[in-house]
Amino acid sequence: MSEAANWFGRRDPDARGYYGSFGGRFVPETLVAPIEALEREYLAARSDPVFGAELLRLLLHYAGRPTPLWHAERLSDACGARIFLKREDLTHTGAHKINNALGQALLAQRMGKTRIVAETGAGQHGVASATACALLGLECVVYMGTEDMRRQALNVFRMRLLGATVEAVDSGSRTLKDAINEAMRDWVARPADTHYLLGSALGPHPYPLMVREFQSVIGKEARRQILEQTGRLPDAVIACVGGGSNAIGIFDAFIEDKAVRLIGVEAGGESITAGRHAARFAGGAAGVLQGTRTWVLQDEHGNIEATHSVSAGLDYAAVGPEHAWLRELGRAEYFHASDAEALDAFQELARLEGILPALESAHAIAYVRRAAKAFGRDAVLLVNLSGRGDKDVQSVEQILEERRRVAD
Amino acid sequence: MSRIKQRFADLRANKRTGLVTYVTAGDPDVARSAEILRRLDRAGADVLEVGVPFSDPLADGPVIQRATERALAAGTTLEKVLAMIAGVRADISAPVVIFSYANPILRMGLDRFVTEAKAAGVDGVLTLDMPPEEGEAFRGAFAGAGIDTIFLLSPTTSVERIRRASTLGSGFLYGISRLGVTGVRESLDDSAKDLAGRVRAETAMPLALGFGLSRPEHVRAVGQWADAAVVGSALVKVIAEHGQSAGLLDEVERYVQWLRS
Repeated sequence: MSEAANWFGRRDPDARGYYGSFGGRFVPETLVAPIEALEREYLAARSDPVFGAELLRLLLHYAGRPTPLWHAERLSDACGARIFLKREDLTHTGAHKINNALGQALLAQRMGKTRIVAETGAGQHGVASATACALLGLECVVYMGTEDMRRQALNVFRMRLLGATVEAVDSGSRTLKDAINEAMRDWVARPADTHYLLGSALGPHPYPLMVREFQSVIGKEARRQILEQTGRLPDAVIACVGGGSNAIGIFDAFIEDKAVRLIGVEAGGESITAGRHAARFAGGAAGVLQGTRTWVLQDEHGNIEATHSVSAGLDYAAVGPEHAWLRELGRAEYFHASDAEALDAFQELARLEGILPALESAHAIAYVRRAAKAFGRDAVLLVNLSGRGDKDVQSVEQILEERRRVAD
Repeated sequence: MSRIKQRFADLRANKRTGLVTYVTAGDPDVARSAEILRRLDRAGADVLEVGVPFSDPLADGPVIQRATERALAAGTTLEKVLAMIAGVRADISAPVVIFSYANPILRMGLDRFVTEAKAAGVDGVLTLDMPPEEGEAFRGAFAGAGIDTIFLLSPTTSVERIRRASTLGSGFLYGISRLGVTGVRESLDDSAKDLAGRVRAETAMPLALGFGLSRPEHVRAVGQWADAAVVGSALVKVIAEHGQSAGLLDEVERYVQWLRS
């Protein structure tokens, strides 16, 4: 019963954690020893059938995997291509984040750690971490920017109900980037009993590898399901990209299928001008942020630029290093969708399919609405619906209300 | 012999505990930062660490985070920091060590940074998020210009990595005497003494110990195990408290003289 373990170790970065010229381990000295220990423990765990079996048990019987693949026929008709949604929104806690949270929490437990720190933007990773910690009896501290706490108030309450402590981060832009800084500072201070449960495929090696492997279950299921339902591989696999964990999780199974286009959709925000978006590949440059070399939104002096997106989960100045590499190789392509397009997609998916997507995932739908016709009516488009939109209902209502007022 | 090596050789010859000071460049502004460096030198600081403000200082605690925000708000950039050092270099005798995160240097371009740092009279560079495993390009470029590469050691650093840092680094080693981010602590951790012992067993390279020191007795205590004591956040706090007052420079000088008492 080591099925989980066989998905792992197929596509490792080099020994120093590099994907081409991206990745690595740019951390303060105090973190080197704990992160080397984490790498050793992760590599041991992923080849241990007992670990793999336990992870699989949790994914199947606790998180609700496999998630369905839904042929969204009404959306397909409206857009002009055959659109299939991988329903990560139907996992326990409502987003793909649970896949990684359960994996890392199990690993932390195996390492003898009793305390988890995590960062969260939209709150989905915070909720997933709090959930995994409740299940495994671990203490959980979640760092969250005050701007995000305002935008995602429901998730703050959910985390607290699950027994986690939510620490407000009031520095910098008060969003995901600042929450990561704070979580790292916490980990630096007490590495002996604490594991940092990083929620996306970012940060120093081994995080980008580990998070991708815990998320690769998405692509593994989706590839099998799309073959079952359509008898063929998709023309394109499409996912939103903040740090990029849901995208890398679904892309992973298709990397060797060279005819399948892999498309990431970043947050275009209000417009592609400094401070008003989070499309790293549209406005960024190579740099080092939070432990990894990747594409970063930065000014001419190397300071990190403010970002903006209607979706807290995409509102981040850097992108996972493997995405930077896949783009450089030409294996994956990256586009962006604006706040307005994401809001329209959010509403259209609700009306046509009865599904409220997370605003993050709505960016992927927005791209499909724009690009489907160019693929053609017979094209098969596989979209990762990474999370559900309950958390966003209140802020969407406010934005739509504001729009109506402006229109009047 | 580099200015840093000479300074530590003198300290050893005179059996004196060195004082390494850290300030964030551009706090409260670049002009007064230059004056602060002159005063620190005059008050007897042995090595001047000059922090380059960066938007995401993840190894720093609240005191230096706030200093960084003030410096960035005052328009401080790496270019301006180097120009400031060039402007004060002739007036000060202490070696100057740039303390930076990797990204501002990468953004400027390593070659250009090395050229300008050399011209400004920078003696050493410590890149906080560039451990020896990632720092080979930086180290090679600095060595080529006669600039020392300073590496950090922490209580969690293995003996093997202490050896690597002492082989690859030059000038001195900077030991973090306790876990966590930068910040002021009331008393010294035993981990400082332990770390110094492990370093001493591996290398004769000068050792400065820091993170959390604020009082003359801390400096004296560190002197039992290391060549020098680093005072950072406590000094930055003095600057924060008096940044808007005409007495700023006198307060800085008085604080450093007190540390030396």
